[in-house]
This record gives sequence, C-alpha cells and structure tokens, in this order.
Amino acid sequence: MDSAFSAADLSAIWLTFKLATVVTFILLLIGTPMAWWLARTRSGWKGAIGALVALPIVLPPTVIGFYLLVMMGPDGPIGHLTQSLGMGLLPFTFTGLVIASVFYSLPFVVQPLQNAFESIPERALETAATLRATTLDTFFSVVLPLAKPGFLTAAVLGFAHTVGEFGVVLMIGGNIPEQTRVVSVQIYDHVEAMEYGSAHWLSAGMVVFSFVVLLLLYTFNPTGRRK
Amino acid sequence: MKSARLVAMLFLLVVAHAAQAGGQITIAAAADLKFAMDEIVSLFGKAHPAERVATVYGSSGKFHTQIRQGAPYDLYFSADIAYPRALEADGFAASGVQAYALGRIVLWRASRTVKALSLNDLADPAIQRIAIANPRHAPYGKRAEEALRAAAVWDKVEAKLVYGENVAQTAQFVQTGNAQIGLIALSLALSPELSSQGSYTLIPDSLHQPLEQGFVITKRAADNPLAQDFSRFMRSPEVRAIMMRHGFVLPGKTR
Repeated sequence: MDSAFSAADLSAIWLTFKLATVVTFILLLIGTPMAWWLARTRSGWKGAIGALVALPIVLPPTVIGFYLLVMMGPDGPIGHLTQSLGMGLLPFTFTGLVIASVFYSLPFVVQPLQNAFESIPERALETAATLRATTLDTFFSVVLPLAKPGFLTAAVLGFAHTVGEFGVVLMIGGNIPEQTRVVSVQIYDHVEAMEYGSAHWLSAGMVVFSFVVLLLLYTFNPTGRRK
Repeated sequence: MKSARLVAMLFLLVVAHAAQAGGQITIAAAADLKFAMDEIVSLFGKAHPAERVATVYGSSGKFHTQIRQGAPYDLYFSADIAYPRALEADGFAASGVQAYALGRIVLWRASRTVKALSLNDLADPAIQRIAIANPRHAPYGKRAEEALRAAAVWDKVEAKLVYGENVAQTAQFVQTGNAQIGLIALSLALSPELSSQGSYTLIPDSLHQPLEQGFVITKRAADNPLAQDFSRFMRSPEVRAIMMRHGFVLPGKTR
C-alpha cells in the first residue's frame, strides 16, 4: 500500500460528501411536510402514499436505476421535461444523481420523521392552538423541539444511506470524475482493476465513517425509549 | 408430521435431481460474447442432452478476480487474453490458454443513418455524450481509449465520455439514448437487438492493440470431462462459423 488516497480518491470522497449533503438538505425540506401529512392524515390515501414512499427500501437498486435511466433518457417523460426546460439530459450528471438519491433515500428520512410526529400528543397541538399560535408558530415552537430526535435520526440516515448508494449510481452515473464517480463506484473500480491497496483504504474509511456516524447517533440520540 | 415428511421428500427430490444430472459446467464469458456464446452453448447442448451448461456474462476483469478467489467457473472466456494468461501463470488454470478470436470495436449509434462516422466526428459539439467501457478494467474500454488517442481526438472528447462497467452496459447507455454514440464491440452491434435499432462504423484496427481473446479451463474443472469436451468443441468448424458470423476474427485468419 503506497500512498493512502490518490487525487481521484479524494475527489470521489469530496463528491460523495457533497452529494449526501445536498440530498439530505432537500430530503428534510420535502420529507417534513410529507411525514407530517402521513402522521396526521385520516385520508384513505395514507396507506398507498406510505407504501409508495417506502418502495425504495424493498426495490432492488437495479429496478430504480433501470427506470430512471429510461425515464430520464431523451424518450422518457423526465427527459422530455428536462430537455424542454433547457437542462439537457440528467443521466451522467450530478443533478441526475441528486434526483435519483432523493428518491432512493426518501423513506430513510420520511419514516423517522413520521414516527416522531406521530408520538407528539394531540393535546400539545391543541394547547398551542388555544394560545392562538399560528400553524407556523406551532411548528417551530412545539413540533420541532418535540421531534428533534426524529430530525436528527432522519438527517443521519438520509446522509448515510446516500453515501452507501451503489447500484443506482452504477446504472445512471456513467462514472464521470467530479460528477458521478462517488466513493462506492471508485471502490468497485479499484477492485475490478485489482488495486486492492487503494480499495482497502477507501473501504476501511467507509467502515470507520459508518460506524462512527451510527455510534454518535445511538449515543446522543436514544430515541423513543424515554418518553 | 405430514409437512415434515413433505419437506423431506422435496429435499430428496432436489438432491436426486442434482445427482441424476449428467456432467455440468459453468462458463464465465466476457460480455461481448453474449450472443455468440448463447448460440454455441445451445448447439453444444444438442450434442450433450444429458449435461448442463450454465453461462455467466460480465466483465473479463471481474471474472479474473473472482476465479482467483475460488469462483465456481469451469471455463473462463476473456476479452483480453492477458487475464487467462495471468491465471495460468499463477496456477489457477487446468489447461493452456487458447486464443479463440480477435474482437473489433465499432462506433455505434441508435439511429439507422447512412452517413458513416469517423472518430474525428466525435469532436463535433452536437455530440454531447460518448460512451466507452471503463478503460481501467474492461478490455474494450482500453482499446477504445487507444483508438481515440491514436486518432488524436482524446483531448477533445475526454470531457464527453461516460464509462460503462462493461461493454454491454456501454451499448445500453447508447441504446437508451442517454449517450449519442458508443465505442462498443462489433459482436454486440451485430446482435439482433442492436442491429435493428442502430448503425455502426468499424474502427480501423490499426489504431489499437489487437483485442486478442482467450479462454482457459480453470483448476476446479481439471477432472471434468465436459469442460474438455467444450474446449474441443470451440475448435469445431460449426463454432468457428458462429464466431465469424458474430463479428469475431478468428486466430490465424487475415483481418
């Protein structure tokens, strides 16, 4: 094992970090209203929407990768849309990876949030309402503090799951440096090219990273147990 | 009790089925062989109705690594003869390496146009994405990179390149329209699926090292007569005809 990380490795690490950060941010933005709706609604659609959100947990990444590749292509509905918006085609681009990852990591953000929202007692919200708090007020001064552990879990899982993505990236990424060549793909290439030394460094880095993240989560955020 | 007996019977059935079958081999073959090998195996199967031949397609580099780690493949067909030679040198092979074909690369696009393309056309700004197999480990990718460099267009096209994990995925990037052009194996461009959807231009083989392909019988199949049979079958006139029809140049023939 010569040098620990090559320039290409460092670029892959940075790209992965960037991707996971952007995706986590977007997921918290769109996941929060979705989770709120799922937690509070009495609509008959709840089951169907909940199942749709959870699909990426069950589906093989190949299914997601295949459909995204076809739908984002020039003849697919997403491809038509992006082309008419002047964005070009999404496969093999960073934006494409972001969109794919948002879909792929959605349940890992929505489900912890939904659990957190569901455990907020109805009475807390009613009390806030009788104090004439607006919906937004209630959200920021009641819901957010009560659901904080849920948000932390959601953010960590969303981030970590995006870092751990491989199959979808392999199918729609095209392995472009600084665009779509994330750490998991870089490791795969090292192994294929039999550069085990480089593969070891990156892989061990991933193991340490993942362990530390989960350790921090479980240490500082013992969710649910102490209500 | 009844269900336990049923499970036991099912188990015995499965075991009996596995035991009763004649010889069995698993072939790991480079992705460019997909269509030719399917035909060869089906022909071989007619002469060996009691035996089972399973095929696995993928990147030559991956199979090479897997065989070193004890993967259960009995024959290994590589798009780059260097991989089986390395296996032989390190004692993972039960036969000498046999060259079976030379591969050719083509420019392929998913439209039936008459105008022939050249490598120099790839610099055209209208072409935004060009797919090649990953030159780090896919033989067709290595040769594609050599050809692009030899044609002195590498610097102009490098930013447009997208890399397939193997040559079949490279073709699929173009087939789905996500890349306009791909540098793929002639054997894939000639397949029924791709030939009905697109057109190809042969890349002069003077622009790259030969894509010399070879196979070996792996160590685990040293005592498997079926593996020997298949190896011999590869030299038969029928197989040579199939290979030629699929765009492979046979060793010893002029290109």
